[in-house]
Amino acid sequence: MAWLSENGILVGLALLDGLSYAAAVFMVAVGLNLVFGVLRVLNVAHGSLYAIGGYAAASIGLFAASLGAPPWLGLPILLAAAVLVGVVLGPLIERLLLRRMQDREPVLQLLVTFALFMILEDLQKLVWGVQPVVFDAPLKWLGTVDVPFGQDAIPFTAYQLYVLPGVALATLAILAYVLRYTLTGRMVVAVTVDREAARAMGIDAAKVTMLTFTVGAGLAALGGALAAPTVSLVPGVGASTIVLSFAVVATAGLGQIEGAAVAALLIGLGRSFAVYVAPEFEVVVPYAIMVAVLLFRPQGLFGVAETRRI
Amino acid sequence: MAGTGRAGNVTRREALVGAGAAGASLMLPGGSAWAQGAAKPAEIKVGIATYLSGPASVFGVPGRQTAELLFDEINAAGGIAGVKVRPIFVDEGPGVDHVVGEYRRLVQSEGVHLIFAAISSADCIACAPLADELKRPTLLWDCGTQRIFEDNRYNYAFRTQANATPEILAALLYLLKVKPDFKSIAVINQDYAWGRDSWDIFRTAMNTLKPGVKVSAELFPRFGATDFSTEITRVLALRPDVVLSTSWGGDLDALIRQASDRKLFERSTFVMPLAESSLQRVGKALPAGHIVGARGDHWFLHPSPADPERLKRFNESYRAKHNAWPIYPCFHMAQAVSAMKVGIEKAVAAKGGGWPTDAELAAAFKGLEFPSPTASVRIREDGQGLENQLIGTTLHSDKYPFPVLTDMIVFPAESVTTPVGQKSADWLKTLTPDMVGKLPQAQAFKS
Repeated sequence: MAWLSENGILVGLALLDGLSYAAAVFMVAVGLNLVFGVLRVLNVAHGSLYAIGGYAAASIGLFAASLGAPPWLGLPILLAAAVLVGVVLGPLIERLLLRRMQDREPVLQLLVTFALFMILEDLQKLVWGVQPVVFDAPLKWLGTVDVPFGQDAIPFTAYQLYVLPGVALATLAILAYVLRYTLTGRMVVAVTVDREAARAMGIDAAKVTMLTFTVGAGLAALGGALAAPTVSLVPGVGASTIVLSFAVVATAGLGQIEGAAVAALLIGLGRSFAVYVAPEFEVVVPYAIMVAVLLFRPQGLFGVAETRRI
Repeated sequence: MAGTGRAGNVTRREALVGAGAAGASLMLPGGSAWAQGAAKPAEIKVGIATYLSGPASVFGVPGRQTAELLFDEINAAGGIAGVKVRPIFVDEGPGVDHVVGEYRRLVQSEGVHLIFAAISSADCIACAPLADELKRPTLLWDCGTQRIFEDNRYNYAFRTQANATPEILAALLYLLKVKPDFKSIAVINQDYAWGRDSWDIFRTAMNTLKPGVKVSAELFPRFGATDFSTEITRVLALRPDVVLSTSWGGDLDALIRQASDRKLFERSTFVMPLAESSLQRVGKALPAGHIVGARGDHWFLHPSPADPERLKRFNESYRAKHNAWPIYPCFHMAQAVSAMKVGIEKAVAAKGGGWPTDAELAAAFKGLEFPSPTASVRIREDGQGLENQLIGTTLHSDKYPFPVLTDMIVFPAESVTTPVGQKSADWLKTLTPDMVGKLPQAQAFKS
């Protein structure tokens, strides 16, 4: 009985870890999936937008702190930095690059976004250097929460326990609502399903595409901004993120929003259970889950080619 | 013009001789001016492999900055034996295949006279045989794997610092000295050769010197990971007496910050043999009372440097240019530069002022003793450098915005390095617990 109780608590702890990890991964993957849904481009540079979002949030936050801003201001700063990055870089990339690649071969689109990723990586180093950048004021301000563990207690950061899953859940709810119940959302869905038909119905597909890419870029930047208080931002942080995001997107099915949430949860929980039970498999578990899913459902868990993708 | 035997103003005989010479030059691996024992070169070209991209650049770039600084200083003083030096940097970031290609390019196209390679152990393992194949003197300036000179012998590859065995063994001996009653340990290491091999060294030595310690968890997160929350939760739940992490760079910074946020440092004593390079970046997120090493006897506040003025000069010139105190890759680069200077001077002197061939220069590195900013390093006959090891305990001082080290023990190189001809895995099993009683006196922090 004691064994069951102790292991039950361990499972609970692994769930908390998995949930927080899944939330962070979801924020990036959902933007990638949204962009793919509308533009049909698997944007490798999405990882750079994540990194730039993180760096921008940290820079603005540290600047505000140097001016004596209260620590709670760090939370809105994270959000503002993500919006800033999305609004500035999103339209710029879409207009100058992706729009020109619209009707090209998918492999060419992939190469172009990879080239952009490399350019942005160097740009990051030019602007922020190679020293790790950290802005952890919001995390420290929120403090820790002791989660009971038998006779003991395990401290979790409130940021990790509440803020990350909370923002991910809110993002999912807002996206689902906008896409289903607003005119703009329905236009996005229409362009996703059939671009030409949408145009024939009078929808400005170019505008919808730019809006969607801006939102996708903003979501990537928000993922990076939310990660900034918990990680050290270093060169290469975007590369590892984009690889994991691809795993989530492939597991979910290209273009699936709710699917991305389920896949992120699956991968997040799988990874944390691996650390608890068989740590040597931690690194491979997300990709093993992806491969297992693709073996049985090549279109991903929720990918159905015949129906709408968002 | 057909049949005149001239192509332009070159006769057929001249062309044949020229082609033969060019062919011979191509046949000569690398074919530098030195390889032919020619006159003094116009400049000494040095190929330097370091991380300029990816997470490891937090570490590789300070190495490059140090090389630039010291090359400038050498040139300002008239060069080495009157010849200016020029670094040519290549990036280790893209991986081993890339570095191997760059190594060949540096030798065959750039005609470099020496190569400094590399930070990654995998890159060093790939480059050491190339040094012999292309007959180009190569200084392994930072990589840690002990296998290079234990598994093979090279005539052109030399390591200008210690290797993993003394670096990890010194940290264990220090732990046994300051916390002899620990009963359990968990490890959180990067999942690649260094993380795995360094744990093997630590575990082998620990099982020899203090058998019966319980290994609570062996966690190997991905190299370059940024989120360690799951590993931290696991270790918090297990409550080991000691947590070992031989991680470095951005990974270690993130681990320290996250462990600090989750109060893990309050539950377990951390042993981090490479954390000197993170102290300035993590600041006081790293609490006092934890064990930190410097992969050598490097620290800008070394308690007993052989030449205090030399260390002070090095610290101040680096700080003036980069607004940070030098970290251990800077010291390792300084050692390679020092070895290059002393080695070339030795080879030139042996030639009575003439210029050495590549083979003569390589021979000069065998048994070479050269000064480092903190002590001196000797390259053994097997090519391995003998370097002291400094391990200390973190302390918070008002004088610096980051933890400093106190209760430092400087381990003499010979006492912790696997003897020539032996393999670390075997030698570590012959250690005896009385080693701990014979450690040098600890030295307190002095600002």
